[in-house]
Amino acid sequence: MKTAIEVHDLTVTYNQKPALWDIDFDIPDGALVGIIGPNGSGKSTLVKSMMGIVEPSSGWVKIFDQDIEQVRHKVSYVPQRESVDWDFPTNVMDVVLMGRYGRSGLFRRLSKKDKRIAAESLEKVGMLQFAQRQIAQLSGGQQQRVFMARALAEQAEMYLMDEPFAGVDAATENSIFEVFQEIRDSGKTMMVVHHDLQSAAKYFDYIVLLNTRLIAAGPTEEVFTQELLQEAYGGKLSILDQIHAIIEQKGYPVRES
Amino acid sequence: MDWDIVIDFLLLRDPNVRYVVLGSVLIGASAALTGCFLFLRKRALVGDAIAHAVLPGICLAFLVFKTKNPAILLAGAILTGWLSLLFIDWITNKSRIKTDTAIGLTLSWFFGIGIMLLTAIQKTGNASQTGLDKFIFGKAASMVDQDVFVFGGLSIVVILVIFLFFKPLKLISFDRDFASSIGLPVGRYDFLLSTLTVLAVATGIQAVGVVLMAALLITPAAAARFWTDKLKRMLLLAATFGAFSGIVGAFISYTTPRMPTGPWIVIVISVIAIFSFLFGAKKGLVVRQVRQQKMQRKILRENILKLFYKLAEEDGQLYEQRGVDQLTNRRFFIPSQLKTGLQQLLKENLLEKADLDYRFTEKGVEEGKRITRLHRLWEMYLTQYLKIAPDHVHDDAEAIEHIITPEIEAELVHQLEMPELDPHDSTIPYGEKLPNKIKD
Ligand SMILES: Nc1ncnc2c1ncn2[C@@H]1O[C@H](COP(=O)(O)OP(=O)(O)OP(=O)(O)O)[C@@H](O)[C@H]1O
Ligand SMILES: [Mg+2]
Repeated sequence: MKTAIEVHDLTVTYNQKPALWDIDFDIPDGALVGIIGPNGSGKSTLVKSMMGIVEPSSGWVKIFDQDIEQVRHKVSYVPQRESVDWDFPTNVMDVVLMGRYGRSGLFRRLSKKDKRIAAESLEKVGMLQFAQRQIAQLSGGQQQRVFMARALAEQAEMYLMDEPFAGVDAATENSIFEVFQEIRDSGKTMMVVHHDLQSAAKYFDYIVLLNTRLIAAGPTEEVFTQELLQEAYGGKLSILDQIHAIIEQKGYPVRES
Repeated sequence: MDWDIVIDFLLLRDPNVRYVVLGSVLIGASAALTGCFLFLRKRALVGDAIAHAVLPGICLAFLVFKTKNPAILLAGAILTGWLSLLFIDWITNKSRIKTDTAIGLTLSWFFGIGIMLLTAIQKTGNASQTGLDKFIFGKAASMVDQDVFVFGGLSIVVILVIFLFFKPLKLISFDRDFASSIGLPVGRYDFLLSTLTVLAVATGIQAVGVVLMAALLITPAAAARFWTDKLKRMLLLAATFGAFSGIVGAFISYTTPRMPTGPWIVIVISVIAIFSFLFGAKKGLVVRQVRQQKMQRKILRENILKLFYKLAEEDGQLYEQRGVDQLTNRRFFIPSQLKTGLQQLLKENLLEKADLDYRFTEKGVEEGKRITRLHRLWEMYLTQYLKIAPDHVHDDAEAIEHIITPEIEAELVHQLEMPELDPHDSTIPYGEKLPNKIKD
């Protein structure tokens, strides 16, 4: 299988303190990948360094065998929702149209086509009726879906998403996940930072397990073992133990929609 | 006050007045526009630091070149304004000091040096030094056409640049990481915005004065934010506020020559800000209060109707007349509020007067039913879906019943499969039709 992302000996530091240390893994083309790790384990940093938003101290990342600068327009990034001020004076449609800036250029007027694509993206995440709504008046889950729509409007080949499921309810999570599957089924690669171990096993084909160092990267069944998870999450595994017990008893929980 | 001067000013008869007004408008507008982006990026303090940091530059330029030529003083202002920015960055990068502390330090150091230099200049008794202190508190009327040409021209440049780079500036202000993810050179735009800030501050040194220029940056933006949720409108409003206070400043300066302009401009813009804070259409205090009061009155009326319905359930008499005493016995009401609530219900034809008492109208029955129904449906929902114990759901339902929309009601009925009894085994009353809700 072709390699979509290659991360080579990547080290990133903030004020000399490493947030990522010697990370090295490959991601196959067309995979739906989860990035899993405890708080502060460097998940966001990993995604940001893939996008070239933070500079690595050493190592490099190649996307489709190239430097990110060469393939930027093929990669779409969704920041963590808390990273922006939702009180900003703008509406839903405007935010989604930002997804077209990369393609249509920042100094040209947006075309009818751009607007159509933005509307279609909103439709896909079920937010079209909120197009004119102020972003300050959205719930957390709706904000997340607006970010999704903006990413879809970029019409990229690869999606890197930072915690798209944070603070959304079960129904929204399901509908977002359906969009993910659609994207994956169209042959595109997706990396998704995710918090919930319980659903991670169900959602992802491939998992990158992180705790400043790389604990493991590989197909979900190989990575999701008690030992590796224990290594990533250290001693604080009581919840995980319980979840494992539940999963063993009942199989993967299917959420109500 | 000399009315001839006032009239002269208003008619813009004197060409110099025309220049001063034009300059003040441009300066006010460019500062306000730049300030909008600082405000949205929560970098208001940086504007303050720059405003103070241009003073030593002006003094240095004067000391070195022995001239009050605006272009030269401006260059000095821009130089130290810029240095202060580098200084802030340098402190935060090289030490553990946080940004706000670094800004505070920079502000006081630069301003301190500026005041020191100014004192030194005044001691030398240099003849052309007189009037340099107008750069601290501003003196709009002292601008001659040459000054306006320099300062106004620079303001136009600032305004044009903001206009040209509107989209990228908006994007980095809202979502920096996304902006860099689509390849925007965010570092360079930071540089651009900082430069614009330095320029906008520097243009105001003569008309407004360095110290108060920070207010002209941020206050119009803050005021405009209370009126609108749209960025473009916010920019337009802020620019208008800035320009208007510029004109007032020029007017004061022209009619009362000994008065410093800066403080007056700040007073005008502050009055606008306070007014916006109170009455702004989007976030103004009064508007919010009025909305809240409306809601409270609606809740009160709905509670009265609910009580009427409850009493009717108990004695089986839907149209029985009931007195104020009977109501207050069952539920706490503030007497004066109860009275206005009842009046309002009479007016809406939900209750009618019977002797000294009140009783339901047909419309009132439906409404009482509706609120009782919402209350009980919500209690059902809480117990069934959120697994909350039946004795804990009442208080929540007391609040939520007032905000459930007909759509949510339909959804509740659907999801709960039209239950007959609530968790306390009271019948849930369904109406013939979905009744209208009380107007708020
Ligand atoms: N801009 C920054 N400056 C300094 N330190 C930072 C910065 N961003 C992140 N860090 C530090 O780097 C480490 C990794 O942060 P990162 O945000 O990548 O973690 P994360 O796994 O995404 O956490 P979370 O689950 O909370 O989102 C943390 O210790 C954090 O404190
Ligand atoms: Mg993170």
